Amino acid sequence: MLGSDLATIWAFLIATAVFLYAALDGFDLGVGILFPFAKDRHERDQMQAAIAPVWDGNETWLVLGGGGLFAAFPKAYGALMPAFYLPIFLMLLALIFRGVAFEFRHHGRKSGKKWWTVAFSAGSIVAAAAQGMVLGAFIQGVNVVDGEFVGGPLDWLTPFTLLVSAALVAGYALLGAAWLVYKTQGELFERARAWVKQLALIVALAMGAVSLGTLGVDPRVTYRWGLTMTSIDWGTFIYVAPLPIAAGTLCFLLWRGADLRQHLQPYLYSVLLFLVGYIGLAISLWPYIVPFAMTPAEAAAADNALALLLWGAIPMLPIILGYTAYVYWLFRAKVSDEATYH
Amino acid sequence: MEFDALLLSRLQFAFTIGFHIIFPAFTIGLASFLAVLEGLWLTTKKPVFRNLYLFWVKIFALSFGMGVVSGVVMSYQFGTNWSVFSAQVGSVIGPLLGYEVLTAFFLEASFLGIMLFGWKKVGEKLHFFSTCTVAVGTLISAFWILAANSWMQTPQGFAHAADGTMIATDFAQVIFNPSLPSRFAHMVLAAFLTTAMVVAGASAFALLTKKAIAESRTALRMSVLMMALVAPLQVVVGHESGVVAHEYQPAKVAAMEGWWETKAQQPTLLFGWPDQDAETTHAAIGIPGMGSWIVAGDADAVVKGLDAFAPEDRPPVWITFWAFRVMVGMGFLMVGLGLWGAAVWLLKRLDTATLYHRALVLAAPAGFIAVLAGWISAEVGRQPWVVYGVLRTADAVSPVPAGSVATSLIFFMVVYAIVFSAGALYILRLISKGPDTDEDPPKQTSEPPGSPLGTGVKSAATKEG
Repeated sequence: MLGSDLATIWAFLIATAVFLYAALDGFDLGVGILFPFAKDRHERDQMQAAIAPVWDGNETWLVLGGGGLFAAFPKAYGALMPAFYLPIFLMLLALIFRGVAFEFRHHGRKSGKKWWTVAFSAGSIVAAAAQGMVLGAFIQGVNVVDGEFVGGPLDWLTPFTLLVSAALVAGYALLGAAWLVYKTQGELFERARAWVKQLALIVALAMGAVSLGTLGVDPRVTYRWGLTMTSIDWGTFIYVAPLPIAAGTLCFLLWRGADLRQHLQPYLYSVLLFLVGYIGLAISLWPYIVPFAMTPAEAAAADNALALLLWGAIPMLPIILGYTAYVYWLFRAKVSDEATYH
Repeated sequence: MEFDALLLSRLQFAFTIGFHIIFPAFTIGLASFLAVLEGLWLTTKKPVFRNLYLFWVKIFALSFGMGVVSGVVMSYQFGTNWSVFSAQVGSVIGPLLGYEVLTAFFLEASFLGIMLFGWKKVGEKLHFFSTCTVAVGTLISAFWILAANSWMQTPQGFAHAADGTMIATDFAQVIFNPSLPSRFAHMVLAAFLTTAMVVAGASAFALLTKKAIAESRTALRMSVLMMALVAPLQVVVGHESGVVAHEYQPAKVAAMEGWWETKAQQPTLLFGWPDQDAETTHAAIGIPGMGSWIVAGDADAVVKGLDAFAPEDRPPVWITFWAFRVMVGMGFLMVGLGLWGAAVWLLKRLDTATLYHRALVLAAPAGFIAVLAGWISAEVGRQPWVVYGVLRTADAVSPVPAGSVATSLIFFMVVYAIVFSAGALYILRLISKGPDTDEDPPKQTSEPPGSPLGTGVKSAATKEG
């Protein structure tokens, strides 16, 4: 197999891992983001019980994203990580707090429990916001010369990255709310339905704003979509127009699904909504793995390393997906009213 | 000493990995211990094994959680702080870390969910299978990370590509590099010993305070057995690891031993104060010839000292020397406690040997101390190289400003201090409470009157209520 083919395959696999991360850890981060809006401690216990058996597996996709980038595209990893030094570090700290809070909330006594409740929620919000800033900084491009980051420590902080950050927090909250619709019953179920409706609207607006902002980051992106500030190239735009239409439809379906008291559908719609946004990004940024500086082929590890990794991934990824699905199936029941930890 | 991005990044890596390694070192052994306990429960149906399982699985959940979150940090830190290293060696050790995620991390994380939350939900066979899977996952994970680290210590099977980065010429050689077998064995045994010391300490504490007697006696026997068998074996494996290091990283061994001069009859120093500038070890007290004998099998063998290396190729000697001594000291302490335990067991006095129980409580952290000290001596001892003899640590650091690294380092220190003190508190609280038991609770009067341990627990128990 040619090296460039291997690089393309790996770019696709890592993109898939990152998407799975967003779709899966997104909902458990989202539950943390929604923590402050819960009625009481009992409701928060139920919310946490809805994600406790699976969050660790979900977060592992982030390790695969980071570890996979290191393994398959070491030059991209080496260029991107220093560029995003501070937001990555912020994300890691936030993930530490929320990760330990699952157990610690359960072990803490009165004040300890309160503190870890706040840590879980704040950690989830900050982790999501930091990931949004990394995503925004990724989209707006990284200042790389000869494979090395040459920008400043705060290059990632722009109005655009703050917008993406807010959008991602809203998006994760939507996933979380939809997951709660699927996993809970009674009063919390009703509350989660209301959250889905409100968040569907907010996310629709946020996605629109981020899409417009993305068109402005580089002329290559605008050109790709057949758009300029003043005119539309219909011959190009017609091929990509289904994406915004699909996004709008999904937001409506989400709202209606919550209205019709559907259980699993809202979560699936919100995952599809993420997928639409993700494909839109891929169209904007293709073929760059470090936007506007490095392609997968340029950033790739040696062919024999990519091949060895692929031989591991071909059997392992289906096995991983298989047992992950099995664990989800085992814990498919709605959280019972008297849910406690363990 | 200038606090530049290089030094700060080194401190940050040392700090974060030092904290991280505590948890895998404990959970690798604990996962296997839990698998054994659950297996015994299923085969014998004796409630002590179930009670012990349900007790230690809580401590496992806390420790594993802290291991996960401090481990995620590591997978990004290679890039944020050591981007040149990542770009240079990604094609060689990247696949090893990739395999770790694919073959271990997902396995552990997914089946952990069943292990922690499935006790009442799934059948007992599936639950046992999940515990075993998590245990195997921790060992697979240890294998890959040790393979990557050992390659950095004793690199082989690679070449430089046209663009200056390293590529593997033979992955079998990369993975099964010379120091992997001994270092992997050394690490796994260290993990088992660390767990044995904690279980022994906790069980001895429960016996001293007369709680969960049947459970604690059983757990004490299991941990003393592990200690008595594994601690001496660890001395042999550690020696083998030292012989390999002597062959491939002579400067590291010279620093561990405080040898400055290349000569025959190298001593084994029991005490000394290495002085890097004066190139000597002050106040050295040792056994002449024993060092040569240990590493070369002959007291008259000429063994390299640090004078065989240019000053800029020498590791920091004082840290390496003392970390090594602390590790060895803890190792022999564990050997001694294992033998002591075996002796009182043979005399059928294991349950009443109060002095031994107190010693075990005090020695509970011995495994952690040994692991940390061992890693410090291994990692400081291979300086100034990050890939031994190939890439210097100074040439591997990211192009990030010192201010960013200082910020992250300070925050890591604060956050780890908060998170890990809380974790330690919750674990100690569980241990002081002891396992649930099917026995009747002991009468108040049976507690040792006036004993500081007894009153400490009593007041903790009052708070609990």
